[in-house]
Amino acid sequence: MSADNFHRRKRLNNAVTLITGACAAVCVAVLLGILGYIAYKGIASVNWQFMTKLPRPVGQTGGGIANAIIGSLKIVGLASLVGVPAGVLGAVYLSEYGTKKTAFWIRYCADILNGMPSIVIGVFVYTVMVLPMKRFSALSGSAALAIIMIPVVLRNCEEFIKLVPVSVREAALALGVPRWKVVLRVVLPAASRGILTGSVLALSRIAGETAPLLFTAFGNRFWDNGFLHPIATLPLMIYTYAVSPYEDWHNQAWAAALILLAIVLAANVTARLALRKT
Amino acid sequence: MAKPGLRERADDKTFRLFVLGFGLVAVALCAALAAELAWGSKLAWAKFGPAFFWSSRWNPVEEQFGALPFIYGTLVSSLLALLLSAPLGLGAAVFLAEIAPKRLAAALCFLIEILAAIPSVIIGMMGIFVLVPAVRWFEPFLIKYFGFLPLFAGTPYGVGMLSAGLILSVMMLPYITSISRELLLAVPQQMKEGMLALGSTRWEMLRKVSLPYARSGIIGAVFLALGRALGETMAVTMVIGNTPKISASLLDPAYTMSAVIANELAEATSDIYVHSLIAIALALFLITLVVNAGARLMVYRLSDGGGPQ
Amino acid sequence: MKRIHSLTMALALLAACAPQSPAADKTILNGAGATFPYPIYSRWFDDYNQLHPEVQINYQSIGSGGGISNITSRTVDFGATDGPMTDKQLFKVDGKLLHIPTVLGAVVPVYNLPGVPELRLSPETLSGIFLGTIRKWNDPLLKKDNPDAELPSAPITVVHRSDGSGTSYCFTDYLSKVSKAWEKKAGRGTSVEWPVGLGGKGNEGVSGLVKQSPNSIGYVELIYATQNKLSYAAVKNAAGSFLKATIEGVTAAAAGVKMPADFRVSITNAAGENAYPISTFTWLLIYEKNDGGAGNTLRGFLDWMLTEGQKSAPELGYAPLPKEVAALVKKTVERIK
Repeated sequence: MSADNFHRRKRLNNAVTLITGACAAVCVAVLLGILGYIAYKGIASVNWQFMTKLPRPVGQTGGGIANAIIGSLKIVGLASLVGVPAGVLGAVYLSEYGTKKTAFWIRYCADILNGMPSIVIGVFVYTVMVLPMKRFSALSGSAALAIIMIPVVLRNCEEFIKLVPVSVREAALALGVPRWKVVLRVVLPAASRGILTGSVLALSRIAGETAPLLFTAFGNRFWDNGFLHPIATLPLMIYTYAVSPYEDWHNQAWAAALILLAIVLAANVTARLALRKT
Repeated sequence: MAKPGLRERADDKTFRLFVLGFGLVAVALCAALAAELAWGSKLAWAKFGPAFFWSSRWNPVEEQFGALPFIYGTLVSSLLALLLSAPLGLGAAVFLAEIAPKRLAAALCFLIEILAAIPSVIIGMMGIFVLVPAVRWFEPFLIKYFGFLPLFAGTPYGVGMLSAGLILSVMMLPYITSISRELLLAVPQQMKEGMLALGSTRWEMLRKVSLPYARSGIIGAVFLALGRALGETMAVTMVIGNTPKISASLLDPAYTMSAVIANELAEATSDIYVHSLIAIALALFLITLVVNAGARLMVYRLSDGGGPQ
Repeated sequence: MKRIHSLTMALALLAACAPQSPAADKTILNGAGATFPYPIYSRWFDDYNQLHPEVQINYQSIGSGGGISNITSRTVDFGATDGPMTDKQLFKVDGKLLHIPTVLGAVVPVYNLPGVPELRLSPETLSGIFLGTIRKWNDPLLKKDNPDAELPSAPITVVHRSDGSGTSYCFTDYLSKVSKAWEKKAGRGTSVEWPVGLGGKGNEGVSGLVKQSPNSIGYVELIYATQNKLSYAAVKNAAGSFLKATIEGVTAAAAGVKMPADFRVSITNAAGENAYPISTFTWLLIYEKNDGGAGNTLRGFLDWMLTEGQKSAPELGYAPLPKEVAALVKKTVERIK
C-alpha cells in the first residue's frame, strides 16, 4: 500500500464522516426548527383566558379553546379505556399462549392495522357507526381512536411481557399456582412498567390524530354534551383554525399546537425515558 | 411456555379463551374493515368497474369518477419524499450507528425519534406557514434555471406536489433513520472488528460489511416509511393544492387519495359519490397493505423490528 | 397487581377529570353546512345561547355539499346551503325538507395583485380566467376592462373550492348564465370539474390561499373579503354597469325576483341598474317533522332569527331578507314540528 493510496482512503473516510454527520445534523436541525418555531409562535397567544374560555363567534377576536382541551382528554380517555385493556390482554395471549398459527395471524393483522392510514379507519367508523346512529358523536371519535390504539398496544406490550424471564413463570407454576393466576399475579406485575410505557406511547400517538376525527367527532363550538354528541378536539381545532383566513385564529392555532405538542411530547418522552432505564 | 399443559384446568382454559378473544380483535377488525370498505364501495365498482383505476375524470356534477389523479398524486408525492429522505436518513443512520460517540448517538437518536411523535396536523401547519412561502420564494429560481425540464415548468404557486413531497420527507426521516440505525447496530460485531483489524477504514468496513449485511432490512425500513407517507392525510391536504389533475410538473397542485377522502366524504351528495370515495379508501387500504407486508418481511428477517413510536 | 391497579386508576382518572355532562333539560341541536353564512350563523347561535342558555346550537361549517348530504342522511338536525337542492337531491330525501332563506349575500372575486387596488371584470374576462383561456394578468381582455390599471405580466393563479360549496354553486350558476362555454365545459353545481386552479377548503381556505399567493384570484362570500382585507373586483352586471358588491346591490338583485313557494330561487345576473350580479339567498334545510322537541326549538330560533336576528346582518356584510320574503318565510316556519 503506497502512502498516496493511504491518504486517499483516509480522506474518503473523513469525507464520509463529514457527510453523514451533516445528514444527522440536518435531521436534528429540522426537529429543533419545528419545536422552536412552534414554541416561539405559540407562547405569544397562550394565556389563562385562552385555556379556560369557549371560542367566540367567527370574526370576533378573543375566546379560548377550553372545550377542545377537555374534548380531547375525554375521547382519548375513553379510547384508552377500551384500547389499553384489549391490547394488553391480546398481548397476554400472544406471549403466553400463542400457538404458531393463530399468533402469526394476530400479529399479521395487528401489523396491517398498525400501518393502516388513519383516514381509512375514520371512513370505516363513519360507515359503521355515524351513518347507522344518524349522528356524529364523541363516541364514534373514541371508537376510531381505540381501533388505532389496540394494535399499537398489542405489539408494544407483547414485547414487554415476553421480557419477563421464563424462570419466574416456572417458579410460580411449580408451586402449583394455576396458569391464569401466574399470568395475572406474577407476569403482568413484573411487566407492568413496560405495559405502562407501551400504553402511554400508544396514547401519545392517538392524541394527535386528526384525520379519523373529521367525520366522527366532528367538532363543537360549545362545551360537549356527553358522548352521544359532537365534541371539540384539539387536533381538529388546530386544523380548522390553521386553514382559516383569520389572523386571530392563526395565532390561536399556534397556541393550541403548542399545547397539543407539549402534551404529546411529554407523554412520549417520559415513556421512552422510562424504557431506557429498564 | 407456549404449549398449554395436558392437564389444563377448566379455569385456565377459560382464561386462555378469554385472552384469545382479545387477540382475535385485531383479526376481526382487519376483516371487518376490508369487508365494510368493499361493501360500501360496491356501487362504484358496479358502475365504473376496473376503469375506476385508470379514469382521470372526477366530476361530481356529471357523477363521473375515476381514481387515477389521486393514485398518481399519492404515489408521486410519496416517492418524491422517499428520494429526498432516504439518502438523508440513511446518512444520519450511518453516522449514529458507526461514527458518532455512543452517548452523542443515543441522544441524537432520541431527538430524531421525537420527530415521529409530532402530530401530523402540526407538521401541516408548519407546511402552510413556513414551508409553502419558502417554496414559493425559491420556485422562480427552479423555473428560471430548470424550467426547460417539464418537471420544473409552470407557475410558482407554492402549494403543490413539491411542497407535499418535502413535508412528507420530514415525516419519513425518523422512521428511516431509526430503523436503519438499529439494523446497522445488529450487524455482528466480530465481522466489523475483523474488517477494522485488517486495516480498513470505517467507510470501507461500512461499504463492504455493514451495508451489504443490513441491505434488505434497510430497504424494508424505507418501505415501512413509504407506507406511512402513502396514508398521511392532514399535512398533505394542507399543502398539496387539492386539484385532481395529473401534471408532469412538480410545481403544479395535485391531490392524494387520503386528502380527497378527508375533504369530500362528509359532503358527498350522491350515493355513487360516497361509494367512489370509499372505493378510494379501499384502494388505499390495499396499497398500504402490500407495501407494509413487503417491508415487514424484509425487516423481520434481520431484527425483531419495531421502529420508533 | 398493585401496579395494574394504578394503571387502571390512571386511566379512570383521565376519563373522570373531564366535567360531567350538563343537565338533561338542555336542548342540543347540531347543524352543518355552508361556510358562506358561517360568520353570521355562529354569531346568531352564540347570541341565541346568551338569551336562551338552555338551547345550544352547534354549527360546523363544512360546505353546502356537506349540509345537503348530512341532512339527507339525518346525521344532523339541520343543514345549511347556499345552492338550492336539486329536484334529484330532494327526491332522495325521506320526509319533507324545507328551504328556509335566512339572509342574502354576495360572492366577490377576490384577488391578490400588489399595486392594483381597483379591478374591473366583465363576464367575458371572469369566465375566461376561470376557464383558463385568460392566463396572464396583462391579457388584452383584462386591459380592456381596466384601461388605467397597471397589470403585471404575471401568470394568474386561480383558486377555487375543493369541497362541495354553495358559494361555488352561486358562482358557477352565474358563470353558466353569462358564458355558454362555461356552461358546456363545467356547468353549475356545488362541486364542479374546474378547468384550472388550486383548491382550498371552505370560504376560509380560499381566502387563506388568495391571501398567501401573489397574483391569485378566487371567489368568496363578501364578509370573508372584508374581514381579511382582501381586494375584490367590481363585476359588470346585466345592465352594463361595473359594481362592487354592497348590501344595497344584493338587495336590489333580490327585489326583482318572483319568489316560488319552496323558496328555491336563483338571483344571479339579475336585471336592474343597481343589482350586483353574483348574489344569492342562503338557506337552512329543515325537516317539516322533527323528532322530540327539536321542531319547537328550531321554530323558536327561526322566529327570533326572522326578527331580532336580521338586525345583525348588515353589520356582517349580509343583506337582510326583504320584508315580503320574511313574511312568507314566517308562514312556512309555522309548519315545522
